[in-house]
Amino acid sequence: MTDFNKIQETLVNLDAEGVIQLVNDAVKEGTPASDILNKGLIAGMDIVGEKMENEDMFIPEVLMAAQTMSQGVEILKPLLGEDDTSAKGSVIIGTVKGDLHDIGKNLVAMMMESAGLTVHNLGVDIAPEEFVKQIKEKNANLLCMSALLTTTMPMMKQTIDAVVESGLRDQIKIMVGGAPVTQGFADDIGADAMAPDAGSAAKKAKAIAG
Amino acid sequence: MFEVIGERINTSRKKVQAAVEEKNAEYIIDDVKKQQEAGANFIDVNAGARIGHEKEDMEWLLNTIGPITSMPLCLDSPDPAILEMAYEMVEQAPMINSISLEKDRFDTMMPFLKGKDCKIIALCMDDKGMPVSSDDIIERAQKLINELEAVGMKQDDIYIDPLVQPISTDSTKGIMVLDAVRQIKKQNPQVHITGGLSNISYGLPERKIINRTFLTLMMDAGMDSAIIDPLDSKIMAAIKTTDMLLGSDNFCMEYLKGVRSNMIKS
Repeated sequence: MTDFNKIQETLVNLDAEGVIQLVNDAVKEGTPASDILNKGLIAGMDIVGEKMENEDMFIPEVLMAAQTMSQGVEILKPLLGEDDTSAKGSVIIGTVKGDLHDIGKNLVAMMMESAGLTVHNLGVDIAPEEFVKQIKEKNANLLCMSALLTTTMPMMKQTIDAVVESGLRDQIKIMVGGAPVTQGFADDIGADAMAPDAGSAAKKAKAIAG
Repeated sequence: MFEVIGERINTSRKKVQAAVEEKNAEYIIDDVKKQQEAGANFIDVNAGARIGHEKEDMEWLLNTIGPITSMPLCLDSPDPAILEMAYEMVEQAPMINSISLEKDRFDTMMPFLKGKDCKIIALCMDDKGMPVSSDDIIERAQKLINELEAVGMKQDDIYIDPLVQPISTDSTKGIMVLDAVRQIKKQNPQVHITGGLSNISYGLPERKIINRTFLTLMMDAGMDSAIIDPLDSKIMAAIKTTDMLLGSDNFCMEYLKGVRSNMIKS
């Protein structure tokens, strides 16, 4: 019987070798790969995200945990089916037009991936019409936008307006973030959610689009 | 001598924004005086946070600050129209924050700078984003220096910001900037190096010790200016102490003065 808590705990403790050992053991025991992924690794990353939110863990540790998790996922990949992650959300994420900052946005994308969501990271300087096009193409149900400058924050509103105009607003949730972005601003521009850090972003994404 | 650009008059700070909204001149004057007493060499003025109000906010801030300080100001806006207005309002040649190699920014700022008596902060940013290596920073810095010199700016008026990036996401980001700064200073000894430092500690706890220690390393590499909070007495003490250790404080006079006035404590 695989002890999923042990996998989670070992991941949270950043013991990469231990995690790989436990994943291999679980596979040998015949535990379904989807369970090892969802109840072990993804559940472990959820804890990491929470700890990050509470400032019990910091970015370098979160990166190390994510790296460890992806090593575990590599072992499971050949055994996983198409539909084996519990989170079903499809996320479009990018930094708005005129803004080239990507460090925070990439952390958010990484945490969402680790949470089991399918993430399409478009990069930086993304125009409203490109966001709209990608929502359609990827059939996404969550749009995440980042802006790090007070001068580019209005572009979030313009992007939301473009989504409304395209008729896609009803099928997609919208989350915004970035250093100058506040809950008040998110409310004003008609976003569904605001996340102050990567840990809470992944949690909220799963809650509203998972 | 290290030059401190005081960053506090920025409407993205809640108290400053409130003061601007309420036209509370007293608060702004008091803050500027405190920065001056703490050793600031320039006062940065950024009125960008209240979207749609930048022009009136900048005008009010400059009218408020102008009469009470003899210090040069650092006019902080991406909008040349606002900078043009602000430039006309200040008594002393200001510092302008900033130009970069991003095409829109560059193309609008170059005509503004031509023929102006000012100092300029030049960010090593281009349309590809943040620099990814030392060479990248050096190349961008050199391009900025060459372009600015070509419109008549003196090297001594150019302040290159190499763009410090978080060490938390990549442990080589400290060395990357330090190496670049050494090289830029070697090729252009008259050019200044400035910038914010707090990005280095993004995502880590106890950020101030990281910022201070990095500042010391950056000063050794050739950084001779920074955009910081002059009321952070520990970072100001680190600057004075490092200035002394690097040989620019004869007979340790400034250091001792700092200790006697209680500004420097171990």
